[in-house]
Amino acid sequence: MKTIIRNASIYLDGKLEKKELMIDGKRIVQIANKIFDEADQNIDAAGACVFPGFIDIHAHLRDPGHTYKEDIRSGTQSAAKGGFTLVCAMPNTDPVTDNIASVEYIQLRAKEHGSVRVYVIGALTKHSLGEEISEMATMKSGGIVAVSDDGKCVQNARLMLSCLRYASNFDIPVIIHPEDYALAGKGQINSGKVSTRTGLSGITPLAEELVIARDIMLAESAGARLHIAHISTARALQLVQQAKERGLPVTCEVTPHHLVLTDEACMNFDTNTKMKPPLRCESDRLACVQALRDGLIDCIATDHAPHADFEKEREFDHAPFGIIGFETAFGILYDRLVKTKAIELSTLVDNLTKKPARVLNLPGGEIKIGAKADLTIIDLNASTTYTKENILSKSKNTPWLDQTIASKVMYTLKSGIITYKDK
Amino acid sequence: MKPQFSGRNVFDLDDYSREDILYILEAAKRMKEINMREYKKIPTLKGKTICTLFVENSTRTRMSFELAANRLSADVVSFQASISALQKGESLQDTVYTLNAMGIDLYCIRHNSPGSPQLVHKYSGKPVINGGDGRHAHPTQALLDIYSIWEKKGDLNGLKVTIVGDILHSRVVRSNLIGMAKLGAKVTVCGPKTLMPSSMESVYDCRVEYDLAHALHDADVVMGLRMQFERMSEGLFPSLEEYSKHYVLSSQTLKYAKPDALIMHPGPMNRGVEILPEIADGAHSIIVEQVANGVAVRMALMFLILSGSAKV
Repeated sequence: MKTIIRNASIYLDGKLEKKELMIDGKRIVQIANKIFDEADQNIDAAGACVFPGFIDIHAHLRDPGHTYKEDIRSGTQSAAKGGFTLVCAMPNTDPVTDNIASVEYIQLRAKEHGSVRVYVIGALTKHSLGEEISEMATMKSGGIVAVSDDGKCVQNARLMLSCLRYASNFDIPVIIHPEDYALAGKGQINSGKVSTRTGLSGITPLAEELVIARDIMLAESAGARLHIAHISTARALQLVQQAKERGLPVTCEVTPHHLVLTDEACMNFDTNTKMKPPLRCESDRLACVQALRDGLIDCIATDHAPHADFEKEREFDHAPFGIIGFETAFGILYDRLVKTKAIELSTLVDNLTKKPARVLNLPGGEIKIGAKADLTIIDLNASTTYTKENILSKSKNTPWLDQTIASKVMYTLKSGIITYKDK
Repeated sequence: MKPQFSGRNVFDLDDYSREDILYILEAAKRMKEINMREYKKIPTLKGKTICTLFVENSTRTRMSFELAANRLSADVVSFQASISALQKGESLQDTVYTLNAMGIDLYCIRHNSPGSPQLVHKYSGKPVINGGDGRHAHPTQALLDIYSIWEKKGDLNGLKVTIVGDILHSRVVRSNLIGMAKLGAKVTVCGPKTLMPSSMESVYDCRVEYDLAHALHDADVVMGLRMQFERMSEGLFPSLEEYSKHYVLSSQTLKYAKPDALIMHPGPMNRGVEILPEIADGAHSIIVEQVANGVAVRMALMFLILSGSAKV
């Protein structure tokens, strides 16, 4: 089947160019000023832009075990609506994805129901308990792209060193959720002015920074490839910068929410501002934006973390950490950072496409002849209002509920097949 | 213009202007007169129903709220739940839906989670008086503290108030800092660094001192706070003895304050830890009067919030 996308601006090598694009079967076969071929399907993308399908290396699909929050069908539909064509599923499912059978379950479900490609991240330790190394080599042969105990953090430095050495043996990247439990304590939000004012217990930035410093040293000693999830403080970024300057294979990602929100958002006790790491102060946020601009940050990742209404609709102390992120990621960053000229459009797009692909050596991320037609078509001049009714994720836990944000995803295509189409 | 109170929430004092606070103090003064009578009851809130919703235990504060409601002739229902029961069983949302179905007009809530009063209002649509939410706020305690000072000194403007103790865990301090600043008092907070929240001076209009003698210098009002044993196991200070050695309010340490400085404490006291009996029971102590004023202040708030909608 041939599909031609007409009247669009196509994102090629960091620039938008008025061209037409033809897909034959699964692949892009032609990009030209004018395509005269007959197509089975024409997509009129007048006024819109065609970007490579977005890639999210950090998402919680909640399947198996917590399918009342999300499952692979709803999660990938939500991802497609956000312009994603590939997501990596974190292993904190129930049971934990720490063995080959669990990996295959997710792959099978994704093949049956997935609107996007799903790559699996296996657990770093068995049951993510931080006690014994998982069977990561077996999982790697089953297709995992990294290991992580995301949501948890190995506290025992000896075990962490061992995990890193073992992972490096099989060339598996290790993704850390840096959090020193003793320092974080029962903290609910960032420790600072807002925690002082609201009386909510604080999580000191040191809880994140100390583990990053430790794991960079351990990874260096182990010769391992280290990726730091959801980095959130200025000091943490300095640590990454120093590691990179020394030539260590250390990378990091930042979430959309840490780029646009601060702990001031917690002042009204909205549990949709509660996540880990917590929203930090303005100087940390600005440091993250600067690091994104400078390329110190390797990519943007959503940390899509669905929780049901009844779980979030309660006392701040008792609500779970995390927010959904697929459907808001591009829009909120385009609206708050690109439109305000804090970053370039190309910075945003690259950090959602080829850069995350590079971090975990994933396919896609660029529009070129011969590549799989994983694309998203976005109208930058339209707008989107996120409501409980139109969010496709099963969960609605977003701080941007009922807000109208610039840009609208019109279509998402995976291997040339339309996986999302705006009504 | 007369301040409007009808249907208002009392989450914390930042929503209340200086004029509002002074109006509440005047109303509390009239309530205190009622409390001095032989027959301590007025019919103002007859037919109104007030619920005390206490998720965190506190006999004294709950009694004060319930007495206040009784003296205004409101019907009072009391809901007490241990935190664990509420966590395992019914959610706060369902609890409030249930109570609301019974026709509650005003909620007085105490809860260990900051922001819970806002939730009760969201779920009930009724006015809520915060009786203490975690470390966040305790506005009725602050109002009774302010009332107690105002009654003795006439005006808080320019007064030097020193609050000593576990500032980190104190909701009383937080609400007092907001309320007292609005009335022009100069507040100093004092305690060991491990029990002091970060960025105090940039969040509140206050001065932070770690040395008691400096903190007490020239003070017009001195307030002690309860020092809890649990803070030792949390690794925040080594022993009550050492704490006491540096931060106790005694005749020795109070010589730095003004000779007629008022002595206050929100209770319950650990005599011998944060305050010595010679001070707690001394001539300038108004600790017992604070308790009496608490009933009057709570009556005033209930009256102002509910009577506006009463058809007399």
